Amino acid sequence: MIYLIAFLVGGAICVLAQLAYDYTKYTPAHVLVGLTVIGAALEGFGLYKPLLNVAGGGALVPVTGFGASITRGVVQEASRLGWEGLFTGVFEIVGLGLATAIILGVLLSILAKPKD
Amino acid sequence: MNRVGRWTIQFKNRPGIAAAATNAGPKEGQGPYGQYFDQVRNDYMRGKLSAEAAERLFMQEACEEALSAANLKAEQVDLFVAGDLLNQIVTANFVARTLQIPFIGVYNACATFSDALLVAAMAIDGGYAANALVAVSSHYQTAERQFRYPIEMNIQHKETCQYTVTGAAAAILQKAGPGPGPGPGPGPGPGPKITHITVGRVVDYGLKDPNDMGAAMAPAAADTFLRHLDDLRRTPADYDLVLTGDLAAFGKKLFKELIKEAGISLGNKHEDAGAAIFSPTQKVKAGGSGAACAPLVLLGYVLKEMQKGRFERVLAVLTGALFSPLSYQQGESIPCIAHAIVLER
Amino acid sequence: MDKAAQEAQKRYQEKVKRLEPRPRIARDLFRAFLTGGILSIIGQGFFDAFSRIEPSEGEAVAATLAAMIFLGALLTALGVYDEIAEFAGAGAAVPITGFANTVVAAAMDFRREGFILGLGCKMFLIAGPILVWGTVAGFFAGLLKIAVLSLLR
Repeated sequence: MIYLIAFLVGGAICVLAQLAYDYTKYTPAHVLVGLTVIGAALEGFGLYKPLLNVAGGGALVPVTGFGASITRGVVQEASRLGWEGLFTGVFEIVGLGLATAIILGVLLSILAKPKD
Repeated sequence: MNRVGRWTIQFKNRPGIAAAATNAGPKEGQGPYGQYFDQVRNDYMRGKLSAEAAERLFMQEACEEALSAANLKAEQVDLFVAGDLLNQIVTANFVARTLQIPFIGVYNACATFSDALLVAAMAIDGGYAANALVAVSSHYQTAERQFRYPIEMNIQHKETCQYTVTGAAAAILQKAGPGPGPGPGPGPGPGPKITHITVGRVVDYGLKDPNDMGAAMAPAAADTFLRHLDDLRRTPADYDLVLTGDLAAFGKKLFKELIKEAGISLGNKHEDAGAAIFSPTQKVKAGGSGAACAPLVLLGYVLKEMQKGRFERVLAVLTGALFSPLSYQQGESIPCIAHAIVLER
Repeated sequence: MDKAAQEAQKRYQEKVKRLEPRPRIARDLFRAFLTGGILSIIGQGFFDAFSRIEPSEGEAVAATLAAMIFLGALLTALGVYDEIAEFAGAGAAVPITGFANTVVAAAMDFRREGFILGLGCKMFLIAGPILVWGTVAGFFAGLLKIAVLSLLR
C-alpha cells in the first residue's frame, strides 16, 4: 500500500514542478530551489513528517524531502547540542548523500566521458 | 565597389567562390543534406581530449581541404577571415596560428560567416587581396558547455529549442573580374560570385527567451531582406532561392509572417538552413543553429546545386543572436542581426 | 525608442505568443508523474531495506538519500539520465537523483579544465543554488521550530 502512495505522492510533486515548467517562465533551477525551500519550511512547521509517514519514498525522493531533511537535521542536533546544532545539524542527514555525490562525481568524471 | 541604395554594397570585381569545403559532424551527416558534405565525421571528440580541440580540428581540416581544392598553399593566400561561437573566437585564432596567413577574426554569432564573406569580398574587390580564405565552425558540445548546461545534465528541451550544428565550412574567394560569365582569376577559376552584400543593423524586438532564438532573429532577417529588395529594386522573382540562416521551424514561420505584412511572399523559394539541416526524426526540436549551420547548407547544398545549374541567383540571409549568458541572466533582451549576400552563378 | 517602434515590438511579441508551439501539457504531466512516481517507489524500496538495518529513522532517511544519489550518479555516467530527462522533464529533475545528475554531469564536463579549476570549481554549478537555499531555509526553519518548542516548554 505504501508503495502505491509513494508512487502517487512522488508523481504528484513532479507534476507540480512540470506545471511550473510549462506554464511559467521560471527556469528549472528556480523551480527546484522553490521546492527545496518549501520542503524545508513545511518540516519547520511540523507538516512534512506526517507526509513522510504516509508516503515514505514519495515524500523523501523529491527535492522537497532534501529540504525537509536539512531542517530535520537542524532541529535534531539543536535539541541535542544546543545552538551549535543549528549549524552542525544542516548536513547531519543530507551530509551522507552530499558526500556520496561529491565522491562519485570525482570518480565518475575520471571513468566516464560526456556522450552526444 | 560602391553602394547601392542605403545599405547595400555592390562588388564591381565580383569576388567568386573558387573552392569550398564542408566538414560535418555525425548528426549533420545523417541529416537531409548529408550527401552534400565533403566530409562527414562520425564522432564529436575526434580523438581529442576536449571538445574545443575537436572543434579546432574541424575548422583546420575544412581550411586545408578548401586550400587543396583551390590548389593553393597557405602562403599563397593573402587573407584569412574566420570566426566561431566560442569566447574570444578562440577556435579561429588557433587555426590562424597554424595557417600563418594574415588574419582578421570576426564574430556575429550564427551570422559570422556572412561577416567573413563581407570582409574577404571587400578586400578582394578593393584590390587589397588577390584571394582570401574564409572559415567558420561550431560544435554541439563546446556551445552547450559555454552557453547552456553540462552535456549529460537533465534537461527537457522546449519545442522552440535549437540544436547547435557540429562542423566547419571554409571557402577560397578569388577575384572574378567584371561582367557576366566566369572571370580570369588564378587557380581553377571562381565559381559562384558575390555580387552584393546588404549589411544589416541590430534589431531587437524585446524577446528574452534564450530557448527561442528563432523568434528573436526573425525580425532581423525580415528587416535586412526587405531593405535589400528595396535597395536593389528587386523582387523575389529575381532570385531562385532565398536561404535564411538558422531561424529553424518557428522562426521561419515568423519570418514568413513578417514579410507577408510587407506584401512579399516567397512561396517554395524559401529555405531555412536551421529548419532544413536536420530531419524532424532526429530529435532536435525546432532545428539546427550555430555558426556552421547556414554555411554548411550554403557551401554544401546550395553551392553544389548552383554549379549544376539548378540555381542561377541565390540570396543568403544569415542571422545571428548577439547575446551572452550574462546578458540574459541579467534580464536583457536578445539583440539580433542579419546580413544578406547575393551569389550569382 | 519612438512610439511606432514600441508598438511594432509589442505587436511582434503578441504574434510570437500567439503562434509559438504549445508544450504538450497532458503528455508532459503524465510522463513527469510516471517517472517521478517510479523513482519514489525505488526510494521506498531503499527506505524499507535501510529501516531494517539502521538504528533510527533519521539514519534510514540519510541512507536512502545517499542510495538514490548513487543511482542518479550511475545513470548519469552511463549517459542515460539526460535521455530519461528529455522524456520525463520534471519527473527526472525533481527527484534527488536529478540533484546527483547535475553534480556528476558538471564534474564530467569540467574535468577537462583540470581537477582544481574545472571540476573543483564547477561541480556545484547547477546544484549549488539548491544547496545554498536549502541550507538557508533549513537553518531558519529549524531555528524557528526550536524557538517555538522552547517557548512552549
